[in-house]
Amino acid sequence: MASTIRLKTKTREGVTTVRAIIRHPMETGFRVDSESSELVPAHYIRQVSIKHNNKVIMSCDWSRAVSKNPYLSFMFEGANIGDKLQLVWSDNKNNTDSIETLIE
Amino acid sequence: MLRRDALKYILSGSALTIIGLIKPFAVMAKWNKTAFTAVDHEEAVRAYFPGQEIQSSDQITIGVHPIVENGTVVPIKIKTDLPNIESITIFADTNPNPLIANFDLFPGCIGFVSTRIKVQQNSNIIIMVKSNDTVFSKSTFIEVKEGGCG
Repeated sequence: MASTIRLKTKTREGVTTVRAIIRHPMETGFRVDSESSELVPAHYIRQVSIKHNNKVIMSCDWSRAVSKNPYLSFMFEGANIGDKLQLVWSDNKNNTDSIETLIE
Repeated sequence: MLRRDALKYILSGSALTIIGLIKPFAVMAKWNKTAFTAVDHEEAVRAYFPGQEIQSSDQITIGVHPIVENGTVVPIKIKTDLPNIESITIFADTNPNPLIANFDLFPGCIGFVSTRIKVQQNSNIIIMVKSNDTVFSKSTFIEVKEGGCG
């Protein structure tokens, strides 16, 4: 199964930019399904955690008002090329996924 | 189980998901349900920053288009020069639940976050930045042509 996460980094002059896209419906619970005419139950990512060399560098708490297929970007200092970067998410149905990449 | 099957299982996502299930919750703090389900903006702010005084600040820049065609995907970029940033929080005061997202930044992070949010109707977008134990805020108004809570 392909990962739900795309995680990319770019380091310039000591600053690493992290960009992530997570494949997730982010259903609010307010949307009506066009075929069944029933409300689609809420299904959204609540927490995301990003670790640099096993230490949390950034963590997110989200509501259902983060857009479908969430995009996240942030920047940090102090990483070296080849360091480990891990992203883990979990949603309101206790689904979870994670990915690990090396910093570029 | 045949060795082949075991290998297939390990290589498939399911084994990874099980490992993933145990790990993430140990490192994640509790999701603030009271604040996230609050329907009133002031209530959400009080639940998220209990007892905190909030000061307005010009050291926060909100990058968002003032007129939005499609409220389901509103790109937003937040920058701040405030020192020792602990968190950046996004609210839209007219959304069904005004608290949209919080980002905890750990030492080493630059005061910057970019994401995409849903905004249901015309709204103030309020950004709160916690810096040196103080909460600073800045807000900007956006007009939404087509709502984003579907």
